[in-house]
Amino acid sequence: MTALHSAPKYSANEGVLDTLSKALGDQLIDAHEEHGELLFRVKREAIEDVLRILRDDHAYQQLVEIAGADYPSRPERFEIVYMLLSLTKNHRIMVKCSTDENTPVPTVTTLWPVAGWLEREVFDMYGVLFDGNTDLRRILTDYGFEGHPFRKDFPLTGYTELRYSEEEKRVVYEPVQLAQDLRQFDFMSPWEGADYVLPGDEKADTPPVDKPKVTDKPSDTGAGKKTDDHAAEKVSEGAPAEVNSGVEEGAPEPTEDQPDRKARKGKAQDTKGATEVDEGDGK
Amino acid sequence: MSMQLEESPTTGDEVITNYTINFGPQHPAAHGVLRMVMELDGEIIERIDPHVGLLHRGTEKLIENKTYLQALPYFDRLDYCSPLAQEYSYVLAIEKMLNVEVPERAQYLRVLFAELTRICNHMLNIGAHVMDVGAMTPNLWVFELREDCMNFFERASGARMHAAWFRPGGVHQDVPEKLLVDIGEWVDNRLPELFGDAMSLVLDNRIFKQRNVDIAVVSRDDAVAWGFSGPMIRAAGIPWDLRKSQPYDVYDRMDFEIPVGTNSDCYDRFVVRVKEVYESAKIIKQCIADMPQGPIASPDGKVSPPKRGEMKQSMEALIHHFKLYTEGFHVPAGEVYVATESPKGEFGVYLVSDGSNKPYRCKIRPTAFSHLQAMDFMSRGHMLPDATAILGAIDVVFGECDR
Repeated sequence: MTALHSAPKYSANEGVLDTLSKALGDQLIDAHEEHGELLFRVKREAIEDVLRILRDDHAYQQLVEIAGADYPSRPERFEIVYMLLSLTKNHRIMVKCSTDENTPVPTVTTLWPVAGWLEREVFDMYGVLFDGNTDLRRILTDYGFEGHPFRKDFPLTGYTELRYSEEEKRVVYEPVQLAQDLRQFDFMSPWEGADYVLPGDEKADTPPVDKPKVTDKPSDTGAGKKTDDHAAEKVSEGAPAEVNSGVEEGAPEPTEDQPDRKARKGKAQDTKGATEVDEGDGK
Repeated sequence: MSMQLEESPTTGDEVITNYTINFGPQHPAAHGVLRMVMELDGEIIERIDPHVGLLHRGTEKLIENKTYLQALPYFDRLDYCSPLAQEYSYVLAIEKMLNVEVPERAQYLRVLFAELTRICNHMLNIGAHVMDVGAMTPNLWVFELREDCMNFFERASGARMHAAWFRPGGVHQDVPEKLLVDIGEWVDNRLPELFGDAMSLVLDNRIFKQRNVDIAVVSRDDAVAWGFSGPMIRAAGIPWDLRKSQPYDVYDRMDFEIPVGTNSDCYDRFVVRVKEVYESAKIIKQCIADMPQGPIASPDGKVSPPKRGEMKQSMEALIHHFKLYTEGFHVPAGEVYVATESPKGEFGVYLVSDGSNKPYRCKIRPTAFSHLQAMDFMSRGHMLPDATAILGAIDVVFGECDR
């Protein structure tokens, strides 16, 4: 693939992969080139030796960066990536090893003093331990912080929030309370990246049948003779048609005045109805 | 401040052994929120333990939760003194993974504005450094120039600082022709005049030299081992500049020099930056002279958005626009590390893609992190006031250091 992009161009990778693979011998697990960059995956225990060989014998003088990455589905979930730069050969490579929560990685502070903070950062963010780093304190997170925030299972909002308390006259830590849920919009095309089950998709998991489904024939369903001829026959007269008289049978006659009802008590009993004719008793 | 008291073995008097003081986190010369726990013997620095992370915002984690395009403005907010230089590494990393071609005009524009950013950044650092060691006036003068740069950014992108103007595949908008004319005019006249004036007050100033010459001398080997980059490594006499050695965009067509120091002290670091300003001005002039007409973003509709006019006419353009600003583009799986020469040194982005529309991991390699780590080693044996000069010469900004 020809490079169309205009990203930084350093010396060609030709031959470097083979030379370094040979030099690293059985400490190398895998080496490949992708997007024009060389990646070497080496054994965790050997990382210090590998980087020493690369620095002393192959002129990768500078350790530019140590990056951590978390892949929770892998048995060794953390990847530690060392970016090396050769000032004399004008070349970059990446060397990586993997580890889990408990297994320490040998430190490279013995090779480069700059590794001290870089390892501290990986420890702080991912909880990766570095064997031999004498100053493995947290570096970027707050004093007294708990957890390792860049792990994929650490929520983006975190667990604690802090505010200045007017009563206590100091900053207090409290559990995070969001007035509104953190909004994560999923714009991925449902055909490509949705990680939820779309309605109807659950059917895709039913095991495939031996015979493809086709329109049933009577022989397939075990049905008898045709019933259509009988269905047309008239069996009975059916229910008599209802005639709507407007009056429901047995219902009481509608009344306007209720003579049987007792007179209401109190003042209201003498008042006349609105429609009653005044008999003129002069009140 | 705490004092440790102990008895002198001979006289039985109480003697003060070492002071431990807090430099920062609120200190005008700390260039932001840096807390340095200093152990002093009288006025001599015995040990410095810089505590960083007070400005940690979890940028890298936030980026993992955004699409590639949405994550771009976070880079402006890292080193807020040179915003466009941070975007540069990120867009180049994306372009490298997508293998997308950037039109020539966009490449020139990006180089031009990256150099303008460099001048803008150096104006702040040079001014602040001078002020840290006691001079007031030059800072006010160079801030005039910084203000001019900000106005240019505003005219190009609409924002003075957080431009978000570099985009994967090119730049966001073309610049008006008048802006290029004005930048050319500014580089020819105002910049050399005002900057020259300001530097004439400083460069040969007796007090300034007393405060900076032979302070924090770092050997070449140490500079390499401590992961120095940018003006810090060049002051140590190593002509290492990613613009020259690993050119990106059209830097390989530019004719410029790499200023190199000889003594590797704070004064050299300062002078390297001063010289770089003139070199940047040279690059800007060449960019303006050579810049061709043409598109300013990749014609690939899957990466850069269509023009407004196109959207009114073409259904395909409208769909591209909708998809880019909702779902975003997908980046092929893999990992790259792309570093550019930011004004402060090597600013790198390690980008891991899982083939989706969001970065799986985006590790930012700040320049200040390794420089600041060497603070302890550089300051040992120096006097307390030298710490501000050393810190000023590192050119540290905490938005970037703490991320």
